[in-house]
Amino acid sequence: MAGLTRRAVIAASVAAALSLAACGGGKQPSGPGGAASASKTGFSAWALTGGAETTMKNSFATWTKENSSAPASVEFIANDAYKEKIRTAVGSGNAPTLIWSWAGGSLQDYVKNKNVVDLTDSTKELQSRLVPSILNTGKVDGKVYAVPNNNAQPVLMYYNMDVLKKAGITTPPKTYAELLDAVSKLKAAGVKTPISLAGQSLWPELMWIEYLLDRQAGTEVFDRILKGDKTAWSDPGMLEAMKKVQELVKAGAFGDKFGSVVADSNADAALLYTGKSAMLLQGAWVYGTFLTDAPDFVKSGKLGWGPFPAIEGGKGDPSNVYGNPANFWSVSAAASPEQQKAAIDYLNKAMFNESYVSDLVKDGMVPVTNDAAPKFKGSDQEKFLTYAYDMTANAKNFQLSWDQSLSAAQSQALLNNLGQLFLGRQTPEGYAKAMQALQ
Amino acid sequence: MTATPRVGASAPARRGRGTADTGAGSRGAGSPGPSAWLAAPALLFFGLFAIVPLLGVVALSFTKWDGLGSPTFVGLDNWPRVLGDPVTQNGLKLTILLTVFTLIIQGPIALLLGVFMAGRQRYRELLSILYFLPLLFSAAAVGITFKALLDPNFGLGQAVGWDWLNQDWLGRPELVIPALLFVINWCFVPFHSLLYQGAARQIPASLYEAARIDGAGRVRTFFSITLPQMRSTVITSATLQIVGSLTYFDLIFVMTNGGPGNATRVLPLDMYLRGFRSYDMGGASVVGVVIVVIGLLVSFLLNRLTGNTRMESQMEGV
Repeated sequence: MAGLTRRAVIAASVAAALSLAACGGGKQPSGPGGAASASKTGFSAWALTGGAETTMKNSFATWTKENSSAPASVEFIANDAYKEKIRTAVGSGNAPTLIWSWAGGSLQDYVKNKNVVDLTDSTKELQSRLVPSILNTGKVDGKVYAVPNNNAQPVLMYYNMDVLKKAGITTPPKTYAELLDAVSKLKAAGVKTPISLAGQSLWPELMWIEYLLDRQAGTEVFDRILKGDKTAWSDPGMLEAMKKVQELVKAGAFGDKFGSVVADSNADAALLYTGKSAMLLQGAWVYGTFLTDAPDFVKSGKLGWGPFPAIEGGKGDPSNVYGNPANFWSVSAAASPEQQKAAIDYLNKAMFNESYVSDLVKDGMVPVTNDAAPKFKGSDQEKFLTYAYDMTANAKNFQLSWDQSLSAAQSQALLNNLGQLFLGRQTPEGYAKAMQALQ
Repeated sequence: MTATPRVGASAPARRGRGTADTGAGSRGAGSPGPSAWLAAPALLFFGLFAIVPLLGVVALSFTKWDGLGSPTFVGLDNWPRVLGDPVTQNGLKLTILLTVFTLIIQGPIALLLGVFMAGRQRYRELLSILYFLPLLFSAAAVGITFKALLDPNFGLGQAVGWDWLNQDWLGRPELVIPALLFVINWCFVPFHSLLYQGAARQIPASLYEAARIDGAGRVRTFFSITLPQMRSTVITSATLQIVGSLTYFDLIFVMTNGGPGNATRVLPLDMYLRGFRSYDMGGASVVGVVIVVIGLLVSFLLNRLTGNTRMESQMEGV
């Protein structure tokens, strides 16, 4: 306990000192014990806004109504703000009972510091309902520390078929060469931004390099990076992928204003449905954005989608998918046994039950349950959901995006250098060197 | 003459006042005036929320800590690593750039506006209120609003059809600094104008009357009376601007997050990103200490060089 208090004091003083900085949103968990901000026998959770928010809200509300002795107290927080506050909260023992994560690097840190509890045996009931390959992402050293809580989020290409057709392109590009060709045709047809890219947010740029590397050199190069082999950054396949990024930027594929486009405000999706651009590489969650922001665009059949183009002579399997297998819930080790029990009960009984799955499907999201496919039948979003589900299920490799699988320090350096590469201020060789110099 | 320093010309008199001041400090509890205990609550707060965290940051700068678990002591390792990092050096350069340009742009505009607002023109009240408005908005709101206005695809330029405004303002390294400077100055000119307005109102009208009788014009009175009389305010305002620019964070964070690349990653932002994005608390603390040292040094020098510590009156002879 003494250790915990000391850490709490340090964390608080850092937070205070560095807070000539912070102006972030949301309220801190307050009250005695922090995690106990829910009732003593209930549990608390911080979830992300957008995506499966509606599904989760319904689920938590139903749970609280039916289990008044173990109520759920939930707060929905925006992505960026959440990422910053959860670390401090977990580190100082003030985390909510249910901790949202992307698995990968942050989950490993939590496990290493014993911030989360082992769920291998206690959530068997829930696990039996879920796709095994996605469950695997939540495992550390073979034990389940996190269980998926929403939808599979593969990254795929979206097209504005109308704009493509006007430029004389009838089928979306299947190869990299066709992609370059499409870009020049679109430019000739007066489309200033053939491919919409939210450059200010950086992570959409990551999707490009991930797929280009995968199609170019297969999964082997990034596997080496994950294992800590720094020479992989200067692997010929990696350098070639970075050169292709430069080639696309130079060809004007992303227009000349992608640096001002922000993904959080869905400006990249807006560029596509307003016809200012023809292609967009984004996660499956953006389909939900199209449904709410431009329902007519989806209904009229102008929205197309497909896999990332293959590269001629590349080693990668075109069925490989990047993205987030799902988001995950972990149970905080700092919560009281009663709270942990309430949270685990919730996971087993209420997660991915009938209404949870049908709520997800209704909002155009791919549930990560075993028998999801029949549920899409007759739904308005049947075509897209079937495609995304098959894409996920048939992927030879579903790789968690780099910024989530690597450590925080690595992924920050990665994003930073990537931004420079897209700006033309960093060379592939310089990029590799910067990543290798990292401690 | 030296035996009776208190009688005579102004220079010895000034020295005399200095000794009187130090005397007041050592006179102790029996002296008239407020008791030193009145400062206790403020000191306690300052100690608890400024000095203690400051010491914590200094201590943390010698450790490696990712926010989870306990910090481990690594000695001086963080210091050469962070100070030698081109990202930090670039941050320092940007911070200095921001400070210098803030002074050059904000100072004169605020001064002229302030003097204008202190005058007796028609519509002055109305205009003053308009100038004052930006001060009422939160930096986050201003940041989000300008980000939306400057958006080249869906922003102001598209709405009113001015193509020159549809630039990649926040996405191009050479455009982003001017764009940021514009917004920052838009935010802070009103505050400094307010300072100057107050100062200009304090100047005795008799000085202007005398000058007018002597035949001085508007420009001449400005440079010979208004400006010298506001010397202390100029220094106060400059100090606030410099220290403010050195620690400026929120608007840049909201508008660019340090991007594109590292083009707006000023030191305070660098500290934040290191600490709360890369979870390198040790490195972030090094940057924090650097900012504190620079800030203290600059305000100390500013006070020294301008002689503001002597606090002499500008009203002598009035």
